[in-house]
Amino acid sequence: MQIYLPIAEVTANVFVLLGIGGVAGLLSGMFGVGGGFLITPLLLFIGIPPAVAVATGVNQVVASSVSGVLAHFRRRTVDLVMGNVLLAGGLAGAGLGIWVFGLLKRLGQTELLVQLSYVLLLGLIGLLMLQESLRAIARSRRPDAPRRRLHQHLWVHRMPLKMKFRTSGLYISVIPPLMVGALTGVLAAIMGVGGGFLMVPAMIYLLGMPTKVVVGTSLYQITFVAAAATVMHAFTTGAVDIMLAIVLIVGGVVGAQVGTRLGVRLNAEQMRILLAVMVLAVAGRIGLDLVLPPDELYSIVVTGRP
Amino acid sequence: MRAAASAIAALLLLVAAAVSAQERPVLPPATPVPETGEQVLAGLSQTNVALTAGFEGLELLVFGAVWRSAPVPEDAEPLQVIVTVEGPPQRLAVWRKARRAGIWMNVEQVRVASAPSFYAVATSGRLAGSLSATEDLRHRVSIPLAIRAFGTLAGAADAPAFTDALIRLRTDAGLYRVAEESVELTRETLFRTTVALPAALTEGEYLVRVLLSRGGQVLDVTETAIAVRKAGLEGWLAALARDQPIAYGLLAVALAVAAGWGASAAFRYLRS
Repeated sequence: MQIYLPIAEVTANVFVLLGIGGVAGLLSGMFGVGGGFLITPLLLFIGIPPAVAVATGVNQVVASSVSGVLAHFRRRTVDLVMGNVLLAGGLAGAGLGIWVFGLLKRLGQTELLVQLSYVLLLGLIGLLMLQESLRAIARSRRPDAPRRRLHQHLWVHRMPLKMKFRTSGLYISVIPPLMVGALTGVLAAIMGVGGGFLMVPAMIYLLGMPTKVVVGTSLYQITFVAAAATVMHAFTTGAVDIMLAIVLIVGGVVGAQVGTRLGVRLNAEQMRILLAVMVLAVAGRIGLDLVLPPDELYSIVVTGRP
Repeated sequence: MRAAASAIAALLLLVAAAVSAQERPVLPPATPVPETGEQVLAGLSQTNVALTAGFEGLELLVFGAVWRSAPVPEDAEPLQVIVTVEGPPQRLAVWRKARRAGIWMNVEQVRVASAPSFYAVATSGRLAGSLSATEDLRHRVSIPLAIRAFGTLAGAADAPAFTDALIRLRTDAGLYRVAEESVELTRETLFRTTVALPAALTEGEYLVRVLLSRGGQVLDVTETAIAVRKAGLEGWLAALARDQPIAYGLLAVALAVAAGWGASAAFRYLRS
């Protein structure tokens, strides 16, 4: 069944779109990652214009993170003070990202920007995840292996503008969380992802936050940054397609429920390797498109009315 | 002698100015309608197209009759009917990729001042035989003449390669089409043809022209328009996105929040 997408101005198969949303939802249910990093590349593969794929992807992130953050609020596992500092950075970063996106769109390089950022980021994350899971498996086979130190004093603890984060039990400078928030904001605007895959490790290893508040706090920041990035995209690039977003969200909701149940039954470490391989495959596929001579050298961009 | 030379120079200047102003060659005035005085009357199967989520394209029927005040002379060339359907014009950039630092990226572009978003030509005979080159230029019938390119950037010296690519890409996408001998003409009086409009139509006025010709000379032209509008929810969303982008963005966020929260609440309810 074909559906006409009013902003993308293309028709797409509604079941393919439901499937894309479903796969992303499945991943979020199984691993707790947003799955946004898969939606934008898959939309590109089926011929959705890059700007629409990014802007609508970030809209979908709002839906996939809002229910999570509400659950964490109920469990009181959100550090609101830290969340707001991350959010302040995130809003600034999203603004910067939107500006860069608009600039490159005028230069006809939207596709290149999206492809390059995906290859670099997914390649990096895939490799890190693969390394981490292989190390975890090796560790589980040698139970006497040395354990990681719980609390370390890092360079970030020596910066000025210190602030108390009561829920996290931290007294650190606001500069590192602002930077982390800003980076994820940039990613939200130019890649259409929540950025949790980057923010969660940064919160644990860089800021030293306790793991029980990390996920809720990151979801809090992601929900608001993604919402702000959606409105900014609607205003500057005009590329948010609500019809597309709704189909993706419906697919994602169902996928997440299936994923949650699957995740309980499967071996977490082996699944994490599978996820890493999948992330690397997506990065590799986009990378090939950049390196191999394209089938079609020419492309048409509609710039307006005469 | 000198006066004649300067008069010719002035004339040339005028012609040059006219060419640059209109970007089209100056042509001699149209040949007057011949004594037989043939006129075309045309009708369409519909004058409105509503683009909804389920729109899968449609076959537009163009039909009509030739009205004449006197019988056709024995020695007259055969009558030809040419139908064109032209979508709203767009300003375009045609990009060409090249390898830079090992990566294929858009490097050169040619800007196109105006190109129709959709263009179909249907003829009763061969297009080349139905219209002389001059008449084709005057009425801009064949596809390359429907496109106006201008100003190249980034040293794209071979601009024709870009416009050729534009025509090729749009032909492959079913947006540009020439269907020769697809107009049924009965006894040089009644004609009908169908033009397939694809699912991915751009909103706007679609101009339908019917030209009558004999021996390459155009006898009569008639024009009508079809309004193609996004309708229903899609139309409302597209209009909101264009006219009130902030409100549209907030609506997108509100829907996402409602869907995300509503779905998790629904599943919690189902499980309990």
